[in-house]
Amino acid sequence: MTMFSSRNWREYQHRYRLEASKFKKSGKTYFPKRTVDPETGDTEQEIVKLPDEGKIVTYTVIRVAPSKFADMAPYALAIAELTDGTRLMAQVTDCDVEQVKIGMDVRVEFRRIQDEGHHGVLSYGYKFVPKWF
Amino acid sequence: MAGIVGYGAHLPRHRIKVEEIAKVWGADAPSYKKGLMLREKSVPPPDMDTITLSVEASKRALARAEMVDPADIGAIYIGSESHPYAVKPSGTVVAEAIGATPHIHCADFEFACKAGSEAMYVALSHVEAKQMKYALAIAADTSQGAPSDALEFSAAAGAGAFIMGTDNLIAECLDTHSYMTDTPDFWRREHQFYPQHGGRFTGEEAYFAHTLGASKALLGKAGMKAKDFAYATFHQPNGKFPQKVAFMLGFTQEQIDPGWLAPTLGNTYSGASPIGLTATLDVAKPGDLIFMCSYGSGAGSDAFIWKVTDRINEVRDKAVHTRKLLSENVIYVDYGTYAKYRRKIRKND
Repeated sequence: MTMFSSRNWREYQHRYRLEASKFKKSGKTYFPKRTVDPETGDTEQEIVKLPDEGKIVTYTVIRVAPSKFADMAPYALAIAELTDGTRLMAQVTDCDVEQVKIGMDVRVEFRRIQDEGHHGVLSYGYKFVPKWF
Repeated sequence: MAGIVGYGAHLPRHRIKVEEIAKVWGADAPSYKKGLMLREKSVPPPDMDTITLSVEASKRALARAEMVDPADIGAIYIGSESHPYAVKPSGTVVAEAIGATPHIHCADFEFACKAGSEAMYVALSHVEAKQMKYALAIAADTSQGAPSDALEFSAAAGAGAFIMGTDNLIAECLDTHSYMTDTPDFWRREHQFYPQHGGRFTGEEAYFAHTLGASKALLGKAGMKAKDFAYATFHQPNGKFPQKVAFMLGFTQEQIDPGWLAPTLGNTYSGASPIGLTATLDVAKPGDLIFMCSYGSGAGSDAFIWKVTDRINEVRDKAVHTRKLLSENVIYVDYGTYAKYRRKIRKND
């Protein structure tokens, strides 16, 4: 389950900055970025940054977690619809699993995701936190 | 003229009360609360560290500085004594996350609790010298206190970020002064998990001597007195020291109140006086003068005089206020959860 640092590095644009592809013809936004719009075959796109607020559309609770996330269990993994309509999956943090609800307002926050043990590289990325301001 | 173009803070939501720590170690909570003038402190959860706090604080600084394109930020300096890596900069991650790479200078600063104000000083100097348009200075820590040590009651987490520039200022820096000697009041040797300190020696000869030294020299240089300022914020190792040093300099409780966060935040180390400045800017009016003085063990103080501009009223509400982060929606944890979050429990790898 280790996130290799080279793979993580290649994904900074998504994990750190929420960069997505917005295609000219369809106006649709894809995250992570794509080279070709699967609906239209269009390759003309602009890079947009996804909004950092949304609502949970569905979630599941992880009670028996992979080893890298065992200390965080139980935790919720949720799909949230961001304010531009793009859907994103992430862990919900700063929140008891009993409080996670469909329709809950969340904010995207930069957090530590996992590490390669005590000696390895730290992986950072996005998580959802309950929106309270 | 150089100064602050945008500012922001970030704090963990989790808190632990002094009573909860005292209960575990058989300490007398009322005497700690009275002695330290501190009721609770912030606790970073396991997925939060100096880097993540810095990123969120920087995003808020950018929200208050809409004209700043992250690509125009020429330097990023993070002052902390809890950089997640011993070797690998924190600033590179933050620069990447806010979109300021690759044409940028970056360094992590260390000087116990004044690493953050050092970062601010150097960032200011760069923009003043016109070497770059903007420079980002961050003061952040997730400090550790050894179990049962007096520091455990106060060591907390938080971050303040400041974009320095020469136009569109919200606070102009009128003058600065630094004061430093070799004073071994607090230290951490390499590979040690917790810092050590000199007990009572951290007071008069260390915190007070340097804070007073820098503050009096700056006030003298500027030809100003405490009464000329609307507000003041000092390093806050506990609630008591900043209040005492403020009174010694002639400042009043009303002047320090907005930035006096330690009673419910704890000691955010490098973040302390810079986060105090963010809370003060949240309530300051155009024309107000703000006095700020950091303190870092080892030992030294950096003092600044800020003059708030009209633009404060436009940007104040573009990001969450520091006091809101401090006092609303907090999550109280017990000592077991705190020990787990702060990795104080030994586990098998």
